[in-house]
Amino acid sequence: MSFFIETLVGGLLAGVMYSLVVIGFVLVFKASGVFNFAQGSMVLCAALTFVTLRDKGIDFWLAALITLAVMVLIAIAVERVVLRPLVNRPQITLFMATLGVSFVIEGLAQIVMGASVHELDLGIVDTPIEIGGVQVSQFDLVAAGTAGILVVALSIFFNRTRVGIALRAIADDPQAALSIGIRLQTLWQIVWGVAGFVSLVAGLLWGARQGVQFALTLVVLKALPVLIIGGFTSITGAIVGGLIVGAGDSLAEIYLGSLLGGSVSTWFSYVLAVAFLLVRPAGLFGEAPIERI
Amino acid sequence: MSLWNQKRIVSKAIGLAALALSAAVGTSVSADEAKTQYFPLATFRVGAYASSGIPVWAGEIDYFRYINEVEGGINGIKLVWDECETNWEVEKGVECYERVKAGKNGSPVPIFLPHGDPISKALTEKSVADKIPLVTIAYGRTEAIDGRVFPYSFPVVFSFWSEASSAVNFIAEKVGGKDKLKGLKIATVYHDSPYGKETQVPLAHLAKTYGFEDIQIPVPHPGNEQSAQWAKIRQLKPDWVFLRGWGVMTPVAIKTAAKVGFPVDHIIGGIWSGSEEDVRPAGAVGKGYLAITPFPAGANFEIHQKLKKYILDKGLSDLKDPKSFGSVYYNSGVDEAIVAVEAIRTAQAHFGVRPINGEEAQWGLEHLDLSEKRLAEIGATGLQQPLKLSAKDHEGGGAGKVLQWDGEKWNVVSNGWVKSDRDLLLPLIYERAAAYAREKGITPRDATN
Repeated sequence: MSFFIETLVGGLLAGVMYSLVVIGFVLVFKASGVFNFAQGSMVLCAALTFVTLRDKGIDFWLAALITLAVMVLIAIAVERVVLRPLVNRPQITLFMATLGVSFVIEGLAQIVMGASVHELDLGIVDTPIEIGGVQVSQFDLVAAGTAGILVVALSIFFNRTRVGIALRAIADDPQAALSIGIRLQTLWQIVWGVAGFVSLVAGLLWGARQGVQFALTLVVLKALPVLIIGGFTSITGAIVGGLIVGAGDSLAEIYLGSLLGGSVSTWFSYVLAVAFLLVRPAGLFGEAPIERI
Repeated sequence: MSLWNQKRIVSKAIGLAALALSAAVGTSVSADEAKTQYFPLATFRVGAYASSGIPVWAGEIDYFRYINEVEGGINGIKLVWDECETNWEVEKGVECYERVKAGKNGSPVPIFLPHGDPISKALTEKSVADKIPLVTIAYGRTEAIDGRVFPYSFPVVFSFWSEASSAVNFIAEKVGGKDKLKGLKIATVYHDSPYGKETQVPLAHLAKTYGFEDIQIPVPHPGNEQSAQWAKIRQLKPDWVFLRGWGVMTPVAIKTAAKVGFPVDHIIGGIWSGSEEDVRPAGAVGKGYLAITPFPAGANFEIHQKLKKYILDKGLSDLKDPKSFGSVYYNSGVDEAIVAVEAIRTAQAHFGVRPINGEEAQWGLEHLDLSEKRLAEIGATGLQQPLKLSAKDHEGGGAGKVLQWDGEKWNVVSNGWVKSDRDLLLPLIYERAAAYAREKGITPRDATN
């Protein structure tokens, strides 16, 4: 039984790590209805910028601040150069644009900062602790705590601030929001900037876990099932979706993988996602679109 | 004739003379290049695996430059090369091969280095049709050791089967002999891909022979989340873990092992889990990690002193990061270049001193004899293992050294080269090659030629 609980807890904590990446997707989707394919590249870019600055001997917090500034500049550039000319175009066009942005960010990051693998030490102890006979990773607990703080902060931002409420208005109806004087361009820059901040947090934690290297972009492979399960518009959904995918993958790998004679976690979360699509297309916490006919 | 017309005629004459001169120069350049030996390099300098590839090409190119600059080429035949980016993708690798296989400026392709296990497998049959040997050091199809069935595939030096067997033999060395393997649990945590599964058959065979328990645990690509796999390790409590990763899978495995409290000095990384790029991202918990490799790290080999003096110190190196000089990947590039150059040298001794084509290079490879004496002349003693190839044996070596990470660098901890049980495994390899021949309708060559 303790093995089952340990596997479950390990999976849940791994799921929170995925949630950190997914929150970035949700932010952009909430504000613009666009599935931002470039989120993985932004995670890589943030981690690579930070670690390059640290390698040059720059202080931790200063490096974090400069990286955040770089991510905000990227957000402004993406809005100015890519999104603004595509306002009111079909969503698939915007999606394809973010696909292009993704490759540009990856390519430029590699040209400017090189392709080397970097170690990233955040000073978080990574030895296991025992809680009630179950081994838990201290690093994963810190990551879970960070995700919790992010969720609370972003919920306050979206529900209690004028900018947050304006962003929700844009997501609901961009034309109506524009007609009452909400500045779409500025708000898109803000939301992409916040997504850049989330990328920095996710990049640092994932980078500390696996090293800063181009494979960081691959963490988004698990983003889609998490989004489908949690809902594209809910930050809480991102967390819950991450927990379901993490626990599901972990348990399936142990109990189903040995039966089938191979690893199953590559596709198991997608099976879960398809099951959710059939039962609850908007996800657990997503808002089902209501259209006037 | 007006002055203007005279000017036109003079300028036309000058133009024609310039054209004739440039054509003559062009011809002489082409003729000159036809006296060179062309090596196309399939590289991946961008993408997810670029960090692994960049030091490899540096080692390879530095050695080629050394041959040109110091030795004046291979018996006077200078080497030329160019790169073709594959991104480590099969389609691009095959496209690259098709683009370069005809040679360059009259110089044929003697050897193609695919630099990617899936690419090498995709090219197996094409290389036979085109008569261009594929040299795949420490990767590629293991049964291609049987050159009677695979005449143009050369998994030279250290196949995956030898890797698995050497790792088991190192464990035997540590526990006090092969008889002590009985009852041990050895878990293989592998990349869930054809590459990762390649060692399942030999390990099952070795487990049956020596009586240890063989546990196989797959990790799905890319391997950035392994909590379930290492929870299983914690549950099964193996004595040793053999880690066969690629890319990000290795540092994540080392870190996750630490999380579940598995001792890192009982994890033996395979060839592609044993570079500085694999272990550095794991940080402090990587200290004590072991890896088996045919490319021992270090910059104190004699050839490195020569490379430093004639290439690096003269600013001719392809290496951008001097820290990588003598790294596992850099040395793998040097090893690969040594094998290629020596195969050409062997072929030249038989066919004459001139650019060698693929068919001749195949002969050169099958008669390659890198003895201790020859390795000493090159300055590669200890870096490269002695190697003797034949039509029946496209591997030749079959031994690896075990390295241990001390937090800064690798140190050799095995007693020299750890040999694999080739005598035990070769009959199985020949059986598999024969099965492939039956499936593809291939009549095996006569090995006495």
